[in-house]
Amino acid sequence: MRTWFLLPLAAFAAHASAAEMTVSVEVPRLAVAEYHRPYVAIWIENGEGHVADLSVWYDLKLQDNEGEKWLKDMRQWWRRSGRSLALPVDGLSGATRPVGEHSLTFPADHSALAALKPGDYQLVVEAAREVGGRELVRLPFSWPVADQTEHQVSGKTELGNISLNIQP
Amino acid sequence: MLKQLTRWTALAIAVTLPLSANAHRAWMLPSTTVVSGDNAWISVDAAVANDLFYFEHHPLVLEGIGQPPQRADGNARPRAANRLVITAPDGEEVAAQNGHVGKYRSVFDVEITQKGTYKLAVAGAPRYFARYKENGEERRWMGELADVGDALPANAQDVQVSQMESRMEVFVTSGEPTDSVFAPTGQGLELQPITHPNDLFAKETAEFVFLLDGKPAAGVEVNVIPGGIRHRDGLNDIRQTTDADGKVAFTWPSAGFWWLEAKVVQEDGMQAPLTQRRATYSATLEVMAP
Repeated sequence: MRTWFLLPLAAFAAHASAAEMTVSVEVPRLAVAEYHRPYVAIWIENGEGHVADLSVWYDLKLQDNEGEKWLKDMRQWWRRSGRSLALPVDGLSGATRPVGEHSLTFPADHSALAALKPGDYQLVVEAAREVGGRELVRLPFSWPVADQTEHQVSGKTELGNISLNIQP
Repeated sequence: MLKQLTRWTALAIAVTLPLSANAHRAWMLPSTTVVSGDNAWISVDAAVANDLFYFEHHPLVLEGIGQPPQRADGNARPRAANRLVITAPDGEEVAAQNGHVGKYRSVFDVEITQKGTYKLAVAGAPRYFARYKENGEERRWMGELADVGDALPANAQDVQVSQMESRMEVFVTSGEPTDSVFAPTGQGLELQPITHPNDLFAKETAEFVFLLDGKPAAGVEVNVIPGGIRHRDGLNDIRQTTDADGKVAFTWPSAGFWWLEAKVVQEDGMQAPLTQRRATYSATLEVMAP
Protein backbone atom coordinates (compact mmCIF):
# COMPACT_ATOMS: atom_id res chain seq x y z
CA MET A 1 0.00 0.00 0.00
CA ARG A 2 1.24 3.42 -0.91
CA THR A 3 1.71 5.97 1.81
CA TRP A 4 -0.43 8.62 0.12
CA PHE A 5 -3.31 6.31 0.49
CA LEU A 6 -2.80 5.93 4.23
CA LEU A 7 -3.47 9.56 4.97
CA PRO A 8 -7.14 9.76 3.98
CA LEU A 9 -7.59 6.28 5.34
CA ALA A 10 -6.38 7.40 8.75
CA ALA A 11 -8.80 10.29 8.69
CA PHE A 12 -11.81 8.12 7.89
CA ALA A 13 -10.81 4.89 9.53
CA ALA A 14 -13.14 5.29 12.47
CA HIS A 15 -16.05 6.40 10.32
CA ALA A 16 -18.72 3.87 9.35
CA SER A 17 -19.03 5.15 5.79
CA ALA A 18 -15.31 5.07 5.13
CA ALA A 19 -15.59 1.95 2.96
CA GLU A 20 -13.92 2.51 -0.34
CA MET A 21 -12.38 0.65 -3.19
CA THR A 22 -9.12 1.38 -4.93
CA VAL A 23 -8.50 -0.26 -8.28
CA SER A 24 -5.03 -0.18 -9.74
CA VAL A 25 -4.58 -1.07 -13.40
CA GLU A 26 -1.21 -1.35 -15.05
CA VAL A 27 -0.97 -0.56 -18.74
CA PRO A 28 2.07 -2.61 -19.73
CA ARG A 29 4.89 -1.40 -21.93
CA LEU A 30 4.81 -3.43 -25.13
CA ALA A 31 7.57 -3.84 -27.68
CA VAL A 32 5.51 -3.24 -30.81
CA ALA A 33 6.17 -1.16 -33.90
CA GLU A 34 2.84 0.62 -33.79
CA TYR A 35 1.51 1.35 -30.34
CA HIS A 36 -1.80 2.87 -29.39
CA ARG A 37 -3.01 3.25 -25.85
CA PRO A 38 -5.56 0.54 -25.05
CA TYR A 39 -9.23 1.06 -24.53
CA VAL A 40 -9.99 -0.23 -21.04
CA ALA A 41 -13.28 -1.00 -19.30
CA ILE A 42 -13.51 -1.72 -15.59
CA TRP A 43 -16.71 -3.06 -14.12
CA ILE A 44 -18.24 -5.26 -11.41
CA GLU A 45 -20.06 -8.53 -12.05
CA ASN A 46 -21.73 -11.09 -9.85
CA GLY A 47 -22.84 -14.62 -10.68
CA GLU A 48 -25.76 -13.26 -12.65
CA GLY A 49 -23.77 -10.83 -14.76
CA HIS A 50 -23.03 -7.14 -14.95
CA VAL A 51 -23.66 -5.14 -11.80
CA ALA A 52 -22.03 -1.74 -12.27
CA ASP A 53 -19.48 0.07 -14.39
CA LEU A 54 -16.54 1.76 -12.72
CA SER A 55 -14.59 3.29 -15.58
CA VAL A 56 -14.16 3.24 -19.36
CA TRP A 57 -11.10 4.67 -21.05
CA TYR A 58 -11.33 5.45 -24.73
CA ASP A 59 -10.37 8.07 -27.24
CA LEU A 60 -12.72 10.93 -26.39
CA LYS A 61 -10.99 13.54 -28.48
CA LEU A 62 -11.35 12.19 -32.01
CA GLN A 63 -13.55 14.22 -34.32
CA ASP A 64 -17.22 13.24 -34.60
CA ASN A 65 -16.87 10.84 -31.65
CA GLU A 66 -14.97 8.54 -33.98
CA GLY A 67 -13.37 6.94 -30.91
CA GLU A 68 -16.68 5.34 -29.97
CA LYS A 69 -16.50 3.23 -33.12
CA TRP A 70 -14.05 0.89 -31.40
CA LEU A 71 -15.82 0.56 -28.05
CA LYS A 72 -17.35 -2.69 -29.30
CA ASP A 73 -13.87 -4.21 -29.37
CA MET A 74 -14.13 -4.48 -25.60
CA ARG A 75 -16.65 -7.08 -26.57
CA GLN A 76 -17.71 -8.39 -23.16
CA TRP A 77 -18.10 -4.92 -21.72
CA TRP A 78 -19.94 -3.86 -24.86
CA ARG A 79 -22.30 -6.77 -24.46
CA ARG A 80 -22.79 -6.43 -20.73
CA SER A 81 -23.14 -2.69 -20.54
CA GLY A 82 -21.69 -0.46 -23.24
CA ARG A 83 -24.25 -1.10 -25.90
CA SER A 84 -27.05 0.12 -23.65
CA LEU A 85 -25.32 3.36 -22.63
CA ALA A 86 -25.48 6.80 -24.20
CA LEU A 87 -21.83 7.77 -24.21
CA PRO A 88 -19.99 9.62 -22.90
CA VAL A 89 -21.26 9.05 -19.35
CA ASP A 90 -20.16 11.57 -16.71
CA GLY A 91 -17.95 9.99 -14.11
CA LEU A 92 -17.50 6.86 -16.22
CA SER A 93 -15.93 7.87 -19.53
CA GLY A 94 -12.30 8.88 -19.38
CA ALA A 95 -9.40 9.35 -21.75
CA THR A 96 -7.05 6.50 -22.59
CA ARG A 97 -4.03 6.23 -20.28
CA PRO A 98 -0.33 5.86 -20.99
CA VAL A 99 1.94 2.99 -20.00
CA GLY A 100 2.18 2.73 -16.20
CA GLU A 101 0.07 2.09 -13.10
CA HIS A 102 -3.19 3.94 -12.75
CA SER A 103 -5.03 4.12 -9.48
CA LEU A 104 -8.74 4.83 -9.25
CA THR A 105 -10.44 5.32 -5.91
CA PHE A 106 -14.16 4.85 -5.52
CA PRO A 107 -15.66 6.11 -2.25
CA ALA A 108 -18.61 4.36 -0.61
CA ASP A 109 -21.01 6.97 -1.95
CA HIS A 110 -19.94 6.31 -5.54
CA SER A 111 -23.09 5.25 -7.38
CA ALA A 112 -21.62 1.81 -8.16
CA LEU A 113 -20.68 1.05 -4.55
CA ALA A 114 -23.63 2.71 -2.85
CA ALA A 115 -25.92 0.23 -4.60
CA LEU A 116 -23.66 -2.78 -4.08
CA LYS A 117 -25.42 -5.36 -1.91
CA PRO A 118 -23.32 -7.59 0.36
CA GLY A 119 -22.10 -10.57 -1.60
CA ASP A 120 -19.49 -12.14 -3.84
CA TYR A 121 -18.39 -10.24 -6.90
CA GLN A 122 -15.75 -10.05 -9.57
CA LEU A 123 -13.86 -7.01 -10.68
CA VAL A 124 -13.56 -7.29 -14.47
CA VAL A 125 -10.97 -5.39 -16.49
CA GLU A 126 -11.04 -5.64 -20.28
CA ALA A 127 -8.48 -4.02 -22.56
CA ALA A 128 -8.49 -3.76 -26.36
CA ARG A 129 -5.74 -2.09 -28.34
CA GLU A 130 -5.82 -0.77 -31.89
CA VAL A 131 -3.72 -3.04 -34.15
CA GLY A 132 -3.07 -5.07 -31.01
CA GLY A 133 -4.76 -7.68 -28.88
CA ARG A 134 -7.52 -7.87 -26.35
CA GLU A 135 -7.52 -9.28 -22.83
CA LEU A 136 -10.02 -9.72 -20.05
CA VAL A 137 -9.01 -10.26 -16.44
CA ARG A 138 -11.25 -11.17 -13.50
CA LEU A 139 -10.55 -10.58 -9.82
CA PRO A 140 -12.99 -12.10 -7.30
CA PHE A 141 -13.85 -10.16 -4.14
CA SER A 142 -16.43 -9.98 -1.40
CA TRP A 143 -18.29 -6.84 -0.37
CA PRO A 144 -18.25 -5.35 2.14
CA VAL A 145 -15.20 -6.33 4.18
CA ALA A 146 -14.54 -6.37 7.91
CA ASP A 147 -10.83 -5.78 7.44
CA GLN A 148 -8.82 -4.13 4.75
CA THR A 149 -8.53 -6.59 1.88
CA GLU A 150 -6.11 -6.68 -1.00
CA HIS A 151 -6.64 -8.72 -4.19
CA GLN A 152 -4.16 -8.99 -6.99
CA VAL A 153 -3.93 -10.62 -10.42
CA SER A 154 -1.74 -10.15 -13.47
CA GLY A 155 -2.76 -9.93 -17.07
CA LYS A 156 -0.67 -11.79 -19.61
CA THR A 157 -0.73 -9.68 -22.74
CA GLU A 158 -2.62 -6.41 -22.80
CA LEU A 159 -2.86 -5.84 -19.07
CA GLY A 160 -0.20 -5.79 -16.34
CA ASN A 161 -0.87 -5.96 -12.61
CA ILE A 162 -4.44 -5.46 -11.50
CA SER A 163 -4.98 -4.87 -7.81
CA LEU A 164 -8.04 -4.18 -5.75
CA ASN A 165 -7.84 -2.71 -2.27
CA ILE A 166 -11.04 -2.63 -0.25
CA GLN A 167 -11.35 -0.67 2.96
CA PRO A 168 -13.97 -1.64 5.55
CA MET B 1 -34.81 -21.20 -75.87
CA LEU B 2 -34.38 -23.72 -73.11
CA LYS B 3 -30.69 -23.99 -73.81
CA GLN B 4 -30.25 -20.23 -73.68
CA LEU B 5 -31.81 -20.16 -70.30
CA THR B 6 -29.79 -22.95 -68.85
CA ARG B 7 -27.06 -20.84 -67.37
CA TRP B 8 -29.33 -18.34 -65.74
CA THR B 9 -31.69 -21.05 -64.67
CA ALA B 10 -28.86 -22.82 -62.95
CA LEU B 11 -28.01 -19.62 -61.13
CA ALA B 12 -31.62 -19.03 -60.23
CA ILE B 13 -31.83 -22.52 -58.83
CA ALA B 14 -28.69 -21.94 -56.88
CA VAL B 15 -30.20 -18.85 -55.33
CA THR B 16 -33.55 -20.38 -54.57
CA LEU B 17 -32.30 -23.76 -53.47
CA PRO B 18 -29.34 -23.19 -51.21
CA LEU B 19 -29.72 -26.66 -49.74
CA SER B 20 -29.87 -28.88 -52.77
CA ALA B 21 -26.86 -31.10 -53.09
CA ASN B 22 -25.35 -29.65 -56.24
CA ALA B 23 -26.33 -26.06 -55.78
CA HIS B 24 -24.07 -23.20 -55.05
CA ARG B 25 -24.71 -21.27 -51.91
CA ALA B 26 -25.94 -17.71 -52.04
CA TRP B 27 -24.92 -15.50 -49.18
CA MET B 28 -24.27 -12.01 -47.90
CA LEU B 29 -21.26 -11.29 -45.73
CA PRO B 30 -21.34 -8.09 -43.67
CA SER B 31 -18.14 -6.34 -42.56
CA THR B 32 -19.49 -6.57 -39.02
CA THR B 33 -22.77 -7.22 -37.24
CA VAL B 34 -22.09 -5.22 -34.07
CA VAL B 35 -21.34 -1.52 -34.30
CA SER B 36 -20.69 1.17 -31.71
CA GLY B 37 -20.63 4.93 -31.94
CA ASP B 38 -22.39 7.32 -34.28
CA ASN B 39 -21.73 7.62 -38.03
CA ALA B 40 -21.61 3.86 -38.36
CA TRP B 41 -21.48 2.05 -41.69
CA ILE B 42 -21.24 -1.53 -42.75
CA SER B 43 -20.10 -2.91 -46.09
CA VAL B 44 -21.58 -6.13 -47.45
CA ASP B 45 -20.40 -8.67 -50.02
CA ALA B 46 -23.12 -10.65 -51.78
CA ALA B 47 -22.15 -13.70 -53.79
CA VAL B 48 -23.19 -17.07 -55.13
CA ALA B 49 -20.33 -19.43 -54.41
CA ASN B 50 -19.77 -22.88 -53.01
CA ASP B 51 -17.40 -22.09 -50.21
CA LEU B 52 -18.16 -19.93 -47.23
CA PHE B 53 -17.30 -17.12 -47.40
CA TYR B 54 -15.22 -16.86 -50.54
CA PHE B 55 -16.52 -15.03 -53.59
CA GLU B 56 -15.31 -17.10 -56.49
CA HIS B 57 -18.26 -17.91 -58.71
CA HIS B 58 -20.96 -15.33 -59.41
CA PRO B 59 -22.06 -12.07 -57.88
CA LEU B 60 -25.45 -12.15 -56.20
CA VAL B 61 -27.15 -9.64 -58.48
CA LEU B 62 -29.46 -7.39 -56.51
CA GLU B 63 -31.99 -4.97 -57.94
CA GLY B 64 -30.70 -1.41 -58.06
CA ILE B 65 -27.23 -2.31 -56.85
CA GLY B 66 -24.49 -1.72 -59.37
CA GLN B 67 -24.55 -2.56 -63.07
CA PRO B 68 -25.77 -6.14 -63.61
CA PRO B 69 -23.50 -8.24 -65.80
CA GLN B 70 -24.54 -8.38 -69.45
CA ARG B 71 -24.92 -11.69 -71.18
CA ALA B 72 -22.62 -12.27 -74.12
CA ASP B 73 -25.53 -12.68 -76.53
CA GLY B 74 -26.96 -9.32 -75.54
CA ASN B 75 -30.26 -10.77 -74.37
CA ALA B 76 -31.78 -9.39 -71.24
CA ARG B 77 -31.68 -11.49 -68.10
CA PRO B 78 -34.56 -13.95 -68.14
CA ARG B 79 -35.94 -12.71 -64.86
CA ALA B 80 -35.80 -9.81 -62.45
CA ALA B 81 -32.87 -9.58 -60.07
CA ASN B 82 -33.39 -10.36 -56.42
CA ARG B 83 -34.53 -7.42 -54.38
CA LEU B 84 -32.69 -6.48 -51.22
CA VAL B 85 -34.80 -4.90 -48.51
CA ILE B 86 -32.98 -3.19 -45.66
CA THR B 87 -35.23 -2.48 -42.69
CA ALA B 88 -34.20 -0.05 -39.96
CA PRO B 89 -35.19 -0.48 -36.29
CA ASP B 90 -38.03 2.04 -36.78
CA GLY B 91 -39.47 -0.10 -39.59
CA GLU B 92 -38.46 2.24 -42.41
CA GLU B 93 -36.74 0.87 -45.49
CA VAL B 94 -33.18 2.10 -45.98
CA ALA B 95 -31.42 2.24 -49.35
CA ALA B 96 -28.12 0.47 -49.93
CA GLN B 97 -25.34 2.80 -51.10
CA ASN B 98 -22.21 2.59 -53.23
CA GLY B 99 -23.45 -0.49 -55.04
CA HIS B 100 -21.10 -2.32 -57.33
CA VAL B 101 -21.23 -5.61 -59.18
CA GLY B 102 -17.92 -7.27 -59.89
CA LYS B 103 -17.03 -10.53 -61.51
CA TYR B 104 -17.50 -12.57 -58.37
CA ARG B 105 -19.43 -10.43 -55.93
CA SER B 106 -21.81 -7.56 -55.46
CA VAL B 107 -20.85 -5.00 -52.86
CA PHE B 108 -22.91 -2.36 -51.11
CA ASP B 109 -22.75 -0.18 -48.03
CA VAL B 110 -25.40 0.55 -45.43
CA GLU B 111 -25.32 3.63 -43.26
CA ILE B 112 -26.41 2.77 -39.73
CA THR B 113 -28.01 5.95 -38.40
CA GLN B 114 -30.39 4.47 -35.84
CA LYS B 115 -29.70 2.54 -32.67
CA GLY B 116 -31.07 -0.96 -32.65
CA THR B 117 -31.23 -3.91 -35.02
CA TYR B 118 -31.31 -3.65 -38.81
CA LYS B 119 -32.36 -6.45 -41.13
CA LEU B 120 -31.02 -7.03 -44.62
CA ALA B 121 -33.31 -9.44 -46.45
CA VAL B 122 -33.39 -10.91 -49.92
CA ALA B 123 -36.71 -12.66 -50.39
CA GLY B 124 -39.53 -12.10 -52.83
CA ALA B 125 -42.48 -13.79 -54.44
CA PRO B 126 -42.44 -17.59 -54.89
CA ARG B 127 -40.78 -18.88 -58.04
CA TYR B 128 -41.98 -21.80 -60.08
CA PHE B 129 -39.81 -24.44 -61.55
CA ALA B 130 -40.68 -27.49 -63.59
CA ARG B 131 -38.62 -30.57 -64.30
CA TYR B 132 -39.80 -33.12 -66.85
CA LYS B 133 -38.73 -35.54 -69.53
CA GLU B 134 -39.35 -35.02 -73.21
CA ASN B 135 -38.51 -37.96 -75.48
CA GLY B 136 -36.42 -39.34 -72.65
CA GLU B 137 -34.41 -36.14 -72.21
CA GLU B 138 -34.34 -34.18 -68.96
CA ARG B 139 -35.86 -30.69 -69.36
CA ARG B 140 -36.30 -27.73 -67.06
CA TRP B 141 -38.52 -24.72 -67.09
CA MET B 142 -38.94 -21.61 -64.95
CA GLY B 143 -41.71 -19.08 -65.13
CA GLU B 144 -45.07 -18.03 -63.81
CA LEU B 145 -47.31 -20.73 -62.39
CA ALA B 146 -50.12 -19.70 -64.74
CA ASP B 147 -47.92 -20.39 -67.76
CA VAL B 148 -46.77 -23.87 -66.83
CA GLY B 149 -49.60 -25.62 -68.68
CA ASP B 150 -48.77 -23.92 -71.97
CA ALA B 151 -45.02 -24.01 -71.53
CA LEU B 152 -44.63 -27.74 -71.17
CA PRO B 153 -44.97 -29.92 -74.26
CA ALA B 154 -47.94 -32.28 -74.48
CA ASN B 155 -45.65 -35.30 -74.35
CA ALA B 156 -43.88 -34.19 -71.18
CA GLN B 157 -43.36 -37.05 -68.75
CA ASP B 158 -42.42 -37.30 -65.10
CA VAL B 159 -43.50 -33.70 -64.60
CA GLN B 160 -42.55 -32.13 -61.30
CA VAL B 161 -43.65 -28.59 -60.67
CA SER B 162 -42.12 -26.90 -57.63
CA GLN B 163 -42.98 -23.74 -55.83
CA MET B 164 -39.78 -22.34 -54.41
CA GLU B 165 -39.54 -19.68 -51.75
CA SER B 166 -36.33 -18.42 -50.29
CA ARG B 167 -35.29 -15.83 -47.76
CA MET B 168 -31.76 -14.74 -47.02
CA GLU B 169 -31.04 -12.46 -44.09
CA VAL B 170 -28.33 -10.60 -42.22
CA PHE B 171 -28.79 -8.70 -38.97
CA VAL B 172 -26.73 -5.77 -37.76
CA THR B 173 -27.09 -3.99 -34.43
CA SER B 174 -25.92 -0.57 -33.32
CA GLY B 175 -26.07 -0.27 -29.54
CA GLU B 176 -28.73 -2.35 -27.82
CA PRO B 177 -30.29 -5.18 -29.86
CA THR B 178 -33.98 -4.65 -30.67
CA ASP B 179 -36.72 -6.96 -31.97
CA SER B 180 -38.80 -4.80 -34.32
CA VAL B 181 -37.37 -6.33 -37.51
CA PHE B 182 -38.40 -9.84 -36.49
CA ALA B 183 -42.12 -9.27 -37.03
CA PRO B 184 -42.92 -12.17 -39.38
CA THR B 185 -44.25 -11.56 -42.87
CA GLY B 186 -46.24 -14.78 -42.57
CA GLN B 187 -44.93 -16.10 -45.88
CA GLY B 188 -42.39 -18.85 -46.37
CA LEU B 189 -39.79 -19.87 -43.84
CA GLU B 190 -38.70 -17.27 -41.30
CA LEU B 191 -36.54 -17.06 -38.19
CA GLN B 192 -37.89 -15.93 -34.85
CA PRO B 193 -35.16 -15.35 -32.32
CA ILE B 194 -35.27 -16.61 -28.77
CA THR B 195 -31.61 -15.67 -28.65
CA HIS B 196 -31.01 -12.45 -30.55
CA PRO B 197 -28.89 -13.15 -33.66
CA ASN B 198 -26.59 -10.26 -32.76
CA ASP B 199 -25.96 -11.68 -29.31
CA LEU B 200 -24.26 -14.94 -30.19
CA PHE B 201 -21.12 -16.05 -28.36
CA ALA B 202 -18.90 -19.09 -28.77
CA LYS B 203 -19.57 -21.85 -26.19
CA GLU B 204 -23.04 -20.47 -25.57
CA THR B 205 -26.29 -21.99 -26.80
CA ALA B 206 -28.57 -20.00 -29.07
CA GLU B 207 -32.22 -20.86 -29.63
CA PHE B 208 -34.31 -19.95 -32.65
CA VAL B 209 -37.84 -20.78 -33.73
CA PHE B 210 -38.63 -21.33 -37.39
CA LEU B 211 -41.98 -20.26 -38.75
CA LEU B 212 -43.61 -21.52 -41.93
CA ASP B 213 -46.24 -19.08 -43.16
CA GLY B 214 -46.14 -17.44 -39.74
CA LYS B 215 -46.66 -20.60 -37.69
CA PRO B 216 -44.00 -22.56 -35.75
CA ALA B 217 -42.79 -25.33 -38.05
CA ALA B 218 -41.77 -28.74 -36.70
CA GLY B 219 -39.31 -30.94 -38.53
CA VAL B 220 -37.43 -28.15 -40.30
CA GLU B 221 -33.86 -29.18 -41.12
CA VAL B 222 -31.50 -26.49 -39.89
CA ASN B 223 -27.80 -26.61 -40.61
CA VAL B 224 -25.06 -24.24 -39.52
CA ILE B 225 -21.60 -24.12 -41.11
CA PRO B 226 -18.65 -22.06 -39.93
CA GLY B 227 -16.92 -19.87 -42.53
CA GLY B 228 -13.35 -20.54 -43.54
CA ILE B 229 -14.18 -23.78 -45.38
CA ARG B 230 -11.28 -23.42 -47.79
CA HIS B 231 -8.70 -23.64 -45.04
CA ARG B 232 -9.79 -26.90 -43.46
CA ASP B 233 -10.79 -30.40 -44.49
CA GLY B 234 -14.16 -30.91 -42.85
CA LEU B 235 -17.34 -28.96 -43.38
CA ASN B 236 -17.76 -28.92 -39.56
CA ASP B 237 -21.46 -28.34 -39.91
CA ILE B 238 -24.00 -28.92 -37.16
CA ARG B 239 -27.37 -30.35 -38.16
CA GLN B 240 -30.54 -30.03 -36.13
CA THR B 241 -34.23 -30.44 -36.72
CA THR B 242 -36.84 -28.18 -35.20
CA ASP B 243 -38.94 -29.71 -32.42
CA ALA B 244 -42.72 -29.68 -32.12
CA ASP B 245 -42.59 -25.99 -31.20
CA GLY B 246 -40.43 -25.13 -34.21
CA LYS B 247 -37.47 -24.62 -31.92
CA VAL B 248 -33.87 -25.47 -32.56
CA ALA B 249 -30.75 -24.91 -30.43
CA PHE B 250 -27.10 -24.56 -31.42
CA THR B 251 -24.07 -24.40 -29.17
CA TRP B 252 -21.40 -22.58 -31.16
CA PRO B 253 -18.04 -24.32 -30.87
CA SER B 254 -16.13 -21.35 -32.21
CA ALA B 255 -16.37 -17.66 -32.99
CA GLY B 256 -16.59 -16.30 -36.50
CA PHE B 257 -19.12 -15.90 -39.28
CA TRP B 258 -21.49 -18.87 -39.58
CA TRP B 259 -23.94 -19.65 -42.33
CA LEU B 260 -27.33 -20.96 -41.28
CA GLU B 261 -29.61 -22.73 -43.73
CA ALA B 262 -33.07 -24.12 -43.06
CA LYS B 263 -35.28 -26.05 -45.41
CA VAL B 264 -38.79 -27.43 -45.59
CA VAL B 265 -40.04 -29.61 -48.42
CA GLN B 266 -43.76 -30.31 -48.67
CA GLU B 267 -45.21 -32.81 -51.10
CA ASP B 268 -48.53 -33.63 -49.49
CA GLY B 269 -51.67 -31.66 -50.19
CA MET B 270 -50.26 -29.76 -53.15
CA GLN B 271 -52.69 -28.12 -55.49
CA ALA B 272 -52.22 -29.09 -59.16
CA PRO B 273 -50.14 -28.46 -61.14
CA LEU B 274 -47.80 -28.14 -58.14
CA THR B 275 -46.20 -31.33 -56.91
CA GLN B 276 -43.83 -29.86 -54.38
CA ARG B 277 -43.16 -26.80 -52.28
CA ARG B 278 -39.64 -25.93 -51.13
CA ALA B 279 -39.14 -23.14 -48.64
CA THR B 280 -35.65 -22.19 -47.56
CA TYR B 281 -34.17 -19.70 -45.18
CA SER B 282 -30.55 -18.72 -44.82
CA ALA B 283 -28.71 -16.21 -42.68
CA THR B 284 -25.12 -15.20 -42.11
CA LEU B 285 -24.57 -14.99 -38.36
CA GLU B 286 -21.60 -13.61 -36.48
CA VAL B 287 -20.61 -15.55 -33.37
CA MET B 288 -18.43 -13.47 -31.06
CA ALA B 289 -15.47 -14.72 -29.13
CA PRO B 290 -16.29 -14.99 -25.42
